[in-house]
Amino acid sequence: MTITIITAMIMRTGGTAMDDFLLRGLLAGIGLALVTGPLGCVIVWRRMAYFGDTLSHSALLGVALGFLTGIGTQTGIVLVCLAIALALTLLQEQRRLGSDTLLGIISHSTLSLGMIALAVLGSVRVDLLSYLFGDILAVGDADLYAIWGGGALVLALLAWIWRPLLALTVDEDLARVEGVPVRRVRLGFTLMIAIIIALAMKIVGILLVTALLIIPAAAARRFAKGPEGMAVQSALIGVGAVAMGLGASLQVDVPTGPAIVAAAAALFLASQAVPARG
Amino acid sequence: MTVPPLLEARNISLTRGDRAVLDNVSLSVGAGEIVTLIGPNGAGKTSLVKLCLGLVKPDKGTVARAPGLNIGYMPQRLAVDVTLPMPVARFLSLWSRATRAEMVCVLAEVGAEPAIDRAIQTLSGGELQRVLLARALLRQPDLLVLDEPVQAVDVHGQIELFELIGAIRNRRGCGVLLVSHDLHLVMARTDTVICLNRHVCCQGKPEDVSRHPEYVALFGRHADALAIYHHSHDHSHADDGCVVPAGQEHTGHGDHHGCGHDHHHHHGHDHAHGGHRHG
Repeated sequence: MTITIITAMIMRTGGTAMDDFLLRGLLAGIGLALVTGPLGCVIVWRRMAYFGDTLSHSALLGVALGFLTGIGTQTGIVLVCLAIALALTLLQEQRRLGSDTLLGIISHSTLSLGMIALAVLGSVRVDLLSYLFGDILAVGDADLYAIWGGGALVLALLAWIWRPLLALTVDEDLARVEGVPVRRVRLGFTLMIAIIIALAMKIVGILLVTALLIIPAAAARRFAKGPEGMAVQSALIGVGAVAMGLGASLQVDVPTGPAIVAAAAALFLASQAVPARG
Repeated sequence: MTVPPLLEARNISLTRGDRAVLDNVSLSVGAGEIVTLIGPNGAGKTSLVKLCLGLVKPDKGTVARAPGLNIGYMPQRLAVDVTLPMPVARFLSLWSRATRAEMVCVLAEVGAEPAIDRAIQTLSGGELQRVLLARALLRQPDLLVLDEPVQAVDVHGQIELFELIGAIRNRRGCGVLLVSHDLHLVMARTDTVICLNRHVCCQGKPEDVSRHPEYVALFGRHADALAIYHHSHDHSHADDGCVVPAGQEHTGHGDHHGCGHDHHHHHGHDHAHGGHRHG
């Protein structure tokens, strides 16, 4: 089905210059889905969905930081996400408030602060909507290289720490006894989430990044017998969702980011109809 | 004992906030020795285990491990999220480079061979404990550290697990540090019992500890549960005081059932050890 849609889209584009943006959008979306699939599985296993959401909401603050300092929005996002993750870890160690409360506080206050900061920086032309919901059809060549290059980097890092990451997902104390450098692995994982948020903002926007991480993984759970199988299937389901969403927004004039997420949700619902295994 | 112990903790003190979790606690485990740590909830058992494993640093005192000591740790429980598809074989391969044949072999040793391709979340309490034990054994440990290994296991299963741990000690000659808050059934194969309640209340051979006034004060009328199980084993004592179970070396499962039945006969523990020295 996915292949049919992709083929149909390429046929429709017919190679004219006007339609290059469709191909770029498709390639960018596929590149992103190949990484968010496996990474999203780990987020689901570690029950970190709301953590990912909080980091992505803080990304708007990173955009403002990027503008303000001239280091670029993507670097700004990665830095702010890492800072927020660190602050969160410190606050959680205090044990005065529950994790969900802390995440809620940080998530919404950073989103608000980001919007305020962008409003104050009024001299910079900022398209707020595209940050919130993405603008996949505005992907340029540079974005494409960033997504495939950054994505390959994240996948390589993920493959490198896969075993210790699984070990500490199963049981943190056990992993520590067996000599897994728990803190470093967790930090590496947080770094990967931060990079992916920075890359995904252009495609689905910061409000919908978590959907691309969580929904394909949740759909893949139904079919998977082992963790690696689930990671691969999650990536494929994500690719399918990107193709379907882009195709749908081509047929009917609807915003592409939300269309991709809606397509992922449809695939998730379809997966629930399949009898469970393992 | 001329051989240095595998693990020796000396005069350990640990404070959390202004609460003393452990106060001047010492323990040692030698090769082939089973040391059982008992005490009520909040006695600091798990803290002491974490100190022995090197996960926590003591405020005072030292923990010495034999050079190159390989520890096989079996945690109290393991809660793998249901969203993580994890067959037993994949779980075991997370911690060692064992081949499937080696996994089958060690699972057979603990009696959990049929579970190899099942999802770890679907195992019963007893099956999970056996798989966790198998995981620890795959490390070829010199020292097994078992934190409440019989939690969530029925009485019959508990007896089997303790028999299994005793058999593994005999076969592999490794030291065992066992933690329990459950006083029933623990003692039969133990060489040394340490009764912990933030400090070491008393320690020694099982039958000595069970008569120690501090132990009786701590566990009250439940204290005699120890002796009941003990007697049902019909063991004798060697000259040095070591327990030598009758019908030694695990000819099968036959004797387990005997324990299960005799368990409920209430012998007083004062007569069965007649002539044995008191602590």
